[in-house]
Amino acid sequence: MKPLDPRLLRAARAVRTHVAVTAACGVALTGLILTQAWLVAHVIGGATDGQGLDQLGPLVAAVAGVAIGRAVLAYGAEAAALRSAARAKSQLRRRIVAHVTDRPGRGSATAGEVATLTTRGLDALDDYLARYLPQLVLAALVPIAVLVVVASADWISAVVIAVTLPLIPLFMALVGMHTQARTRKQWTLLQRLGGHFLDVVEGLPTLALFRRAKAEAALVRRVTDDHRDATMGTLKIAFLSAFVLELLATLAVALVAVEVGFRLLYGHMDLTTALLVLILAPEAYLPLREVGARFHASMEGIAAAESAFAILEAPRAAVPGTAPTTRRGTVDLQIDDVTYTHAGRDTPVLDGLSLAVAPGRSVLLTGASGAGKSTLLSLLLRFAEPQAGTIRADGVRLRELDADAWRARVAWVPQHPHLFDGTVADNIALGAPDAGSEEIAAAVAAAGLTDVVAALPDGLDTRVGERGARLSAGQRQRVALARAFLRDPDLVLLDEPTAHLDPDNAALVRAATARLLLGRTGIIAAHDTGWGEITDSTVVLAGGRVSPPTGGNGTPPALVSGIHGHSHECHSQGVVS
Amino acid sequence: MSGSPLVRMVALARPRGARFALGVLAGAAATASGAGLLSLAAWLIATAATHPSVTALSVAVVLTRALGVTRGVTRYVERLVTHDAALRTLSDVRVRVYERLARTEPVRRFRSPDLVTRLVSDTDATQDLLVRGLTPPLAAVVAGAGAVILATALLVPGGLLLAAGLVVGGLVVPVVAAALSRASGARQAAARAELSTALVDALHGAADLAAYGATGRAVARVEAADAALTAAARRDAGLLGLGAGASALVAGLTLWATLLIGVAAVQDGTLGTVPLAVLVLTALASFEIVAPLPAAAARLGAVRASGERLFDVLDTPPAVRDPGGAGVLAPGACRVRDLLVRYAPGEPWVLDGLDLDIGPGEKVAVVGPSGSGKSTLAAVLFRFLDPDSGSVEIGGTALTDVPADSAREVVSGVPQHPHLFTSTVAANLRLARPDASDDDLWDVLRRVRLADDVAAMPGGLGADVGEHGERLSGGMRQRLALARALLTDASLLVLDEPTTHLDPDTRDAVLGDLLDATGDRAVLLVTHDLDRLDRMDAIHVVVDGRVVQHGTHAALLARDGWYRRAHRLAPAAG
Repeated sequence: MKPLDPRLLRAARAVRTHVAVTAACGVALTGLILTQAWLVAHVIGGATDGQGLDQLGPLVAAVAGVAIGRAVLAYGAEAAALRSAARAKSQLRRRIVAHVTDRPGRGSATAGEVATLTTRGLDALDDYLARYLPQLVLAALVPIAVLVVVASADWISAVVIAVTLPLIPLFMALVGMHTQARTRKQWTLLQRLGGHFLDVVEGLPTLALFRRAKAEAALVRRVTDDHRDATMGTLKIAFLSAFVLELLATLAVALVAVEVGFRLLYGHMDLTTALLVLILAPEAYLPLREVGARFHASMEGIAAAESAFAILEAPRAAVPGTAPTTRRGTVDLQIDDVTYTHAGRDTPVLDGLSLAVAPGRSVLLTGASGAGKSTLLSLLLRFAEPQAGTIRADGVRLRELDADAWRARVAWVPQHPHLFDGTVADNIALGAPDAGSEEIAAAVAAAGLTDVVAALPDGLDTRVGERGARLSAGQRQRVALARAFLRDPDLVLLDEPTAHLDPDNAALVRAATARLLLGRTGIIAAHDTGWGEITDSTVVLAGGRVSPPTGGNGTPPALVSGIHGHSHECHSQGVVS
Repeated sequence: MSGSPLVRMVALARPRGARFALGVLAGAAATASGAGLLSLAAWLIATAATHPSVTALSVAVVLTRALGVTRGVTRYVERLVTHDAALRTLSDVRVRVYERLARTEPVRRFRSPDLVTRLVSDTDATQDLLVRGLTPPLAAVVAGAGAVILATALLVPGGLLLAAGLVVGGLVVPVVAAALSRASGARQAAARAELSTALVDALHGAADLAAYGATGRAVARVEAADAALTAAARRDAGLLGLGAGASALVAGLTLWATLLIGVAAVQDGTLGTVPLAVLVLTALASFEIVAPLPAAAARLGAVRASGERLFDVLDTPPAVRDPGGAGVLAPGACRVRDLLVRYAPGEPWVLDGLDLDIGPGEKVAVVGPSGSGKSTLAAVLFRFLDPDSGSVEIGGTALTDVPADSAREVVSGVPQHPHLFTSTVAANLRLARPDASDDDLWDVLRRVRLADDVAAMPGGLGADVGEHGERLSGGMRQRLALARALLTDASLLVLDEPTTHLDPDTRDAVLGDLLDATGDRAVLLVTHDLDRLDRMDAIHVVVDGRVVQHGTHAALLARDGWYRRAHRLAPAAG
């Protein structure tokens, strides 16, 4: 793990400026540290030689000047670092959001992780940039500068420092590696013991129900105690790292002091030089200790940056196609031999699927969980491209069409539609921000939302809260339907529109869905075969393709798909083609 | 009292007081060794400059070398001792929090997994307070006092000056800096909230946005929110840098003033040259003592917020009255009469005069729209919640007249979100009956048709189910929870939404197996699925906290009302 990720330098201009400013501050600060030591040594030396304030006055005043200089530098460096951090976070955040929103259709879990990373996660860069990096610069500059000055004053002291300094990072690395190995060995145990309390608290209602709540209190203590033993075992080694650092740093200063003292005693050195060496010796080790103390800040900052780059370096899904396409009220869909395998999976979820939906006709797509219903919808939405086979709309290959122009002809009602933190009207007008109030009112009526909107305090102007928290699941589903009505689409795609809704809401959504399908091409993906009542035909997906008719006549799947999924239900045959 | 959560958190550590005192002393010794080394070395060098005999220096030489070692050693001891004491305290606090939670109602708090996770991290904040918030300041007070005493002994004004410098640098600056940081955080809170909302919309809603061609607008909103937050953060950067600047200034000016009065004192003969060197280097080295304090002060704010939430839990009175005694319930018919429940005074009634009967061995379903109070009824029966009025009697005895655990001997089941513990299949099952043999477990697994699945897992009964049962499928988790309920001797099993989040095929299978496996026990099934209710002896429709319809499946379908309407409209019935 590098202390400064070069990708961070490349990714955010603000970081490059910051590193330059930090390095300049570091050089200036090093100079002031040396100056202060020189001044203090000379004032004490001078006073010992009998000089008074009249002679030493300028030197003493210079100490005040150095104090002010160091304060201004410390203030300026930190303020500038925090400004750079704010800007660097902003630059990374914007790039991540642009990158991620470009490839929709990924899991909500990923969205949650990215949201956390781009807010609290990136805040780790504050400490990293404002407190860790400047210390790292000082840790590189100060010891060398001190060594040079001390060497010019007293080479023996310089040797003591020069020998002990490199030992510190060496021993720390050794201890660190040993700690890591030991922690890794105990990782599962530590994880399990550490997670026990959360597990037990989460499961408290269950424990109470089985009258185990009281007995479990003793277990909480025992497991926490076991966790303490295991943790202390690891800490005993982990703390050795700081022990080595403190020991070597202090011991070196003590050795320098004694050595300088004896040289002074035998007249090989003057007091001012001895004091200069004594004051500077601890300064050589201080930045190293500070860097060690900020180790965690650095780890968090680096981890945040690495997560950010992991996202930014993921390839962007190419959305090919530029051909224009225009609305014509309905669409002729032709899906031929389509195969799709999710990234990281071995078996294709769609495996040679063929299906045709004639203009103005609707199909219920059913099948077990994981049969590929939702995948087919996301291919139709161009959230992903099939690895083999073709999808044609009105005879044109979908991948040749401009994605936005194609999606403008489609309305999609997912299983869990996302409502945005805005008004009901904003949410309905998602795809048509310029829609007039009559158009929105018509969509509200068509989606069966009129009563719901009337009951809201500000009607259509009521804010729905984050993720539409103010509305029930059924109401959110109908807002999504109103969205679809307002879009007046050629193709309607619905994904489990009523799963997990109570019967009252399910009925309202169903009625609105039937209205939405009138005269348009539509596909409903649902478990429930009951939807077949409002679609023109039903198609069963199994093994990644359209399965033969239920209770069928032995027609092989290939043949069924060959005739474009004319599936079971007697009425389907004539209607779909 | 504003500081009280911190004081109360520290009080939790009182049983470990001796260990913490040792930790503080070791910490003070470590810090003092660093500063003391420089003071002693200053004496050594200044004295050596007067060319005394070697023996005059020998004690100082030995001491200097010793101090070179003590800092590392005492720091190591301090860290081990305080971490050990803090972990011991954590164990005490966890047990207290756990015991308190076990006595308060687990209905409200456990609705949100976030609340539980936060509570656990608030408990762990005690450790943070003790190790990072409490020990460094106390050690600094001890070591700082030592430095001030030494300086005062050399030159009284020098001691006073150092004391003033250390108080300003170690107390005033950290406290003011922490307050500025909190104020800045509060100022940025609105911008952060807006950014977070905009991000959630743009990221969670990415698919909806793309489908409706609205991605550009959502990204623009994120960028506007980001610009507002970044501008606020850049404005506040100036304020937040003040702490670092002030710390450097106080240390530097104290050194300057010490030189000034020190040289003046040497000049007028009140201070020797050797003490001058000691005084100045002591002043120089002492600020290392207060260096960790700004970080400690900054941390205290967050720890205090955790403490407030923690004591909020510890101070919550139990929601279930314990009648005391050793009363027991005799199994028998369950009679619920005129039940009234609400979650807080002034809130609407969740159960509003509910009546219900469950005869011995009867299978009864409670259905109704979401939010009608069905799960609250289950919570009352589980004794997670006391009713505000009305009664629940089992076999003629009021449920609230016996201790909660006695009631749960007779009433058990599957709560709304049954928890599977990160352990083995067997351990999860034995919660319900610790003395169950392996044969008993296999038997109950067969009854819920889970035996083949468990046998196929590596380790069988000893197989790890993973965190929250993640290694099992949704259907297996529900079946395991049901098996656990069946292991009890309860005569009434309350099953709260046992089939939610299952796909319809699994749902039907689980429900069927469940009714078969409960045998002659009474069952109260709380559900919003209307499928397969034909096997129930009675169905109660609950709307707005009361029963609006009841009867058998056939009878309810024959009558006009919510049940028939909902049943006909549900697509699954088509």
